[in-house]
Amino acid sequence: MTSFAARSAGEIAQRGRPHSPLRRRWSEKTIRAILFLLTLLTVVTTVAIITVLATETYGFFTLAGHPEISLWGFFTGEEWSPLLGAEPMFGVLPLVCGTLLVTAIAGVFALPIGLLTAVYLSEYAAPRTRTILKAALEILAGVPTVVYGFFALTFITPYLLQPLSSGFGAYNAMSAGIAVGIMILPIVCSLSEDALRAVPQSLRDGAYALGSTKFDVSAKVVVPAGLSGVIAAFLLALTRAIGETMIVALAAGGLAQMTANPAAQVQTMTAYMVQIFLGDAPAAGIEYKSSYAVAFTLFLITFALTWTGAIVLKRYREEYE
Amino acid sequence: MSGSVIPTARRLLASRLFLTLCLAATTIAILLLGALLVSIAIEGLGSLSWRFLDSFASRKAAQAGIKAPLLGSVWVCAICALIAVPMGIGTAIYLEEFAKRSRIKRLIQLNVSNLSGVPSIVYGILALAAFVRFFGMGSGDEPWTLGNPESFWYLQCPLGPSVLAGGFTLALVILPIMIIASQEALRAVPQSLRQGALALGSTRWQVVRLVTLPAAMPTIMTGAILAMSRAIGEAAPLLVIGGFLLVFQTPTNLMSDFTVLPLQIFNWAGRPQEDFHKLAAAAIIVQLVVLVAFNSIAIVIRQKLQRPLQS
Repeated sequence: MTSFAARSAGEIAQRGRPHSPLRRRWSEKTIRAILFLLTLLTVVTTVAIITVLATETYGFFTLAGHPEISLWGFFTGEEWSPLLGAEPMFGVLPLVCGTLLVTAIAGVFALPIGLLTAVYLSEYAAPRTRTILKAALEILAGVPTVVYGFFALTFITPYLLQPLSSGFGAYNAMSAGIAVGIMILPIVCSLSEDALRAVPQSLRDGAYALGSTKFDVSAKVVVPAGLSGVIAAFLLALTRAIGETMIVALAAGGLAQMTANPAAQVQTMTAYMVQIFLGDAPAAGIEYKSSYAVAFTLFLITFALTWTGAIVLKRYREEYE
Repeated sequence: MSGSVIPTARRLLASRLFLTLCLAATTIAILLLGALLVSIAIEGLGSLSWRFLDSFASRKAAQAGIKAPLLGSVWVCAICALIAVPMGIGTAIYLEEFAKRSRIKRLIQLNVSNLSGVPSIVYGILALAAFVRFFGMGSGDEPWTLGNPESFWYLQCPLGPSVLAGGFTLALVILPIMIIASQEALRAVPQSLRQGALALGSTRWQVVRLVTLPAAMPTIMTGAILAMSRAIGEAAPLLVIGGFLLVFQTPTNLMSDFTVLPLQIFNWAGRPQEDFHKLAAAAIIVQLVVLVAFNSIAIVIRQKLQRPLQS
């Protein structure tokens, strides 16, 4: 121990030998300043996102020759048809509805399965099983989302949904929702598992000593104790689901409508942006500008959710020592 | 926990049922992964060949290949890694090793976690305005250029939908992930190592350079690889900056047009013809092979290089 410490000390003293106190202080300050500037870039990014979205959205609402567009009409309008007909309608609610429907399906599918898998991994699985399952989840987490979109289109719809009911067309909210659910499953699972494993062993031991079964310990002690982390994981996963783009662009269809029917086609906010940026609209036109207003709406929704997650984690975290 | 101390048969049954439920959930997750892999393998293996890897896009499915998107992905991801990895590590070092506890640090931290929740398509919109169009400056005029188109570092401003703009865009997307992963790695280095080095008269930067950073490096690299595997799979932000381009040449310089593998998959998957679905599946296989290779490197690094550091 002594020799190790002495050797490292010598090594550090030699390799880190200062040239002179003055120069050393100067280089230290330079490096610190460079690192600080790098850090500031993250703030600049946020400011830039908000500025770009806000100015372009302002441009959309004040575009000359379109008196039908208003802030009120945009947020309460129940029809979204910018590319159809003589009189385009810009009410964002159908797009928000589509996004929420897909997210809800994904949540109903992924949150329970993810949490139960997390409980299994954290409370039941043998170390070896756990390593293998975690590796499988890691693969699932790395699969590009466009692959899930393809899976929804070529497997979930024709082989899982259409045999169940003839109401499902080639594009529907259900298959997109399930695929988004598969995409967020690893996030729910690994973050919840981290939260559950952080619960101290003494709590479990105490419950066992009182005669609890494994179910009692898992469901009545461990999950409630790690609840803030689990909820934060849920919120993060739902944020990802709301912002998911390629799956819905491939599998959900292209018809913006207000519906709760999972077999129907829906268009989400992100899918609309894809449609526009793929070149369906001229770059100076009103349709093109409208995608920025949609993007701003999407940004505000995800921002609010992330913020909520941070507050939940901070306020309701139980500290065990 | 109520009732008698000894578990009754009923409570034991509940416990059994719960385990079954957990196992069922886990099985569903595994089965889905299996179904995904098998269905794609069945659909795509037939189209996979050397010719497929070495041909450009084509309207005829039988002649189409992924040479351009494959090399496009390599260029864009290399640029992305060169930008995002050092910047992410630098920011993490500042936040963990230099910044004092203050309101500003808390705000920056909150901002980083918010950025990691921003949908990637929104980053695409920022990149379109900032990199591709340079906030409308110089539009209408000839772009400002540097170097000649023969050299690989040929530059023009605004960047346009070029590989350099693509790399910047992906760097924006993965920077928050990179920062958070590096911060966690640095935080895991025991405080005693820092204190020891400081006690020997090291400056803060010397502590970072000689003690904390080397100790945290394996974990940081694992995080970097996972962040890069996210970048390889991103399609949405690149779609915003350039749309889908049919590219018939591989990138030669930083200003070349490009497309990437996920965008090519998206394009083929979105077509109605079954032949193109087969091509999409084959391209997915290539994409997944690259991904698994990346992940295996991460696992090897984690297991081989990670010496346990105990305080």
